[in-house]
Amino acid sequence: MNWLSNNWSTVLDLAGAHLIQSIVPVVVGLLISVPLARLATSRRWLRPVFVTGSSLLYTIPSLTLFVVLPLILGTGITSVVNVIVALTLYVIAILVRSCVDAFESLDRDVLQAATALGYKPVRRLFGVELPLAVPVMIAGLRVATVSNISMVSVGAVIGIQSLGTLFTDGLRRSIVSEIVVGIVATVLIAIVLDQLLRLLGHVLTRWQRTGTTTARERRRAGAARHASASGRDDRTGGGDPEGRDSVAGAPGGAGAVAAVEARGDRA
Amino acid sequence: MTDLAIRYRGVSKVYPDGTAAVDNLDLDVPAGSLTVFVGPSGCGKTTSLRMLNRMVEPSSGTVEVNGQDVASIPAAKLRRSMGYVMQQSGLLPHKTVEDNIATVPRLNGVSKRESRANARQLLGSVGLDESVATRYPAQLSGGQQQRVGVARALASDPPILLMDEPFSAVDPVVRQDLQSELLDLQKRLHRTIIFVTHDIDEAILLGNRVAVFARGGRLAQYATPEELLRAPADDFVADFIGRDRGFRSLSFDNASVALQPVTVLAVDTGERFLVGPGSEDPAPWQAAGASSSDWVLAVDERRHPLGWLPVTASGEPAAREELRVGGTLWHDGGSLRTALDAALSSPSGQAVAVHRDGSVAGVVPGEDVMRAIEEQRSARYDRSERS
Repeated sequence: MNWLSNNWSTVLDLAGAHLIQSIVPVVVGLLISVPLARLATSRRWLRPVFVTGSSLLYTIPSLTLFVVLPLILGTGITSVVNVIVALTLYVIAILVRSCVDAFESLDRDVLQAATALGYKPVRRLFGVELPLAVPVMIAGLRVATVSNISMVSVGAVIGIQSLGTLFTDGLRRSIVSEIVVGIVATVLIAIVLDQLLRLLGHVLTRWQRTGTTTARERRRAGAARHASASGRDDRTGGGDPEGRDSVAGAPGGAGAVAAVEARGDRA
Repeated sequence: MTDLAIRYRGVSKVYPDGTAAVDNLDLDVPAGSLTVFVGPSGCGKTTSLRMLNRMVEPSSGTVEVNGQDVASIPAAKLRRSMGYVMQQSGLLPHKTVEDNIATVPRLNGVSKRESRANARQLLGSVGLDESVATRYPAQLSGGQQQRVGVARALASDPPILLMDEPFSAVDPVVRQDLQSELLDLQKRLHRTIIFVTHDIDEAILLGNRVAVFARGGRLAQYATPEELLRAPADDFVADFIGRDRGFRSLSFDNASVALQPVTVLAVDTGERFLVGPGSEDPAPWQAAGASSSDWVLAVDERRHPLGWLPVTASGEPAAREELRVGGTLWHDGGSLRTALDAALSSPSGQAVAVHRDGSVAGVVPGEDVMRAIEEQRSARYDRSERS
């Protein structure tokens, strides 16, 4: 670990670059995927076009894309923009599908009710559909983020700075510690971002975990009911709390790491 | 009260595949009435309801609400002007109970604070405790969810309420509560309510007027529940109303039957039955002498009926274990249907009549109830012959 103590500032710089290349494509990809997916759910004929089309994107080898994009975009071959655009395409490849699934998972009765109450389409999208689509969407977002973090490293092959630089440099100079540091740092970033997303999903889907989060509230209400000795459950709000647990956390922490490895193979 | 709230004129709905959901519907709904659309599934009752808030657009004809063609009102504005309750409550699962109730006021731009305060008040009027305000729909029972659904429909104080099979997914006991509370609510609020159900009993219980739809979207009959039971327009309606039509129609006749005083009561003092001819101080049975009838009515100390005791061969009431409970009671002035049922369900063949406070008012022999039914029938027959 001598190597690390001598090079920690380089590692930090590379980690920062890696982080930016990990986050920007996910955010941009999400902003593009959501409207595409929403369109595909309301216009059925678009669904196969978008879903199959986006899956095809994923079959393009990343290295090819890094080399071809500068020709299309007119950017320099070593520009970080190439990597960001290429990675955004991969994020879209994953997210369009899961966002379509998210919108299709919505309860049609609830959507009808919202319309019948007088929601206009745009307000319904932001006020009802998106909040309810979060559980499935977050699951897809976590897979996309973690896979994206591993893909960032590939850019190092064409000279874009990231933690991947530690692999290429370490290999060339046969410094095992450098490679190990690169792997550990990448996995750390993946775990941290994945857990942050899990937390975000947790906060946004409080309404799903009604059985667990408000046990205290229920106890209080139960005590109040006892004190006032009023009527039946049905009236007083004792209710039958359905201990429904969330479906949000589809790929767990371990799965996320596995995804890093899986995507790493492609490089 | 004779204002028309809703008017269908020649309304049809034909889907692209050629199925007719609604067939040339003409219907007037007076303001302030509870009108029930009833019929088997696929008869166009829900479709007709949804034309009112433009969830479905008619293929031809016009639908007017308060004298205005709904097609001329922007859909969202029209929908916010009506309350809407649906079968599975349709609550927004990601919003708390109070925010669900506040939905329409919020859409109309009312502040969060004001609309939430209003929501909490509404909880009380639908029989819910304020403590449920901050819960999510998934934490409520089916009955509670339906109540929240009703509160939400009332939140913007709309003159018209649309209810699409609102009680069909809750269990029968809760349904009964919800039904009677809806009737109470309607007594206080006088809204124009369109209520869709496939349950004819619910329709007859709730409706001021009932529209019976037949398959193919044809309006088979539009009448008061009483007319419907007495004079079904055709075989379809008669069939749909089903059995016990005659018996159920007795609900609409108030019985004018003379009560007979109860001469001997067995008063339960906790230890044994004492006899009191309705007097304040019950005496031991022996003191009252043998009863001539086979049965004696047992009451508690507040004179609320407990059941009937058989009288033994020696002229004394049988032991407590022999008490026959469970007969229905007839509230003095109630319908002939309940009177007849009370007589039929009583082991002595006498209907027990009670005051409003539940104490015994008297008894009516079954023969008297039958005679009253006969008199009502012949009176109606004469009347209709003369007119």
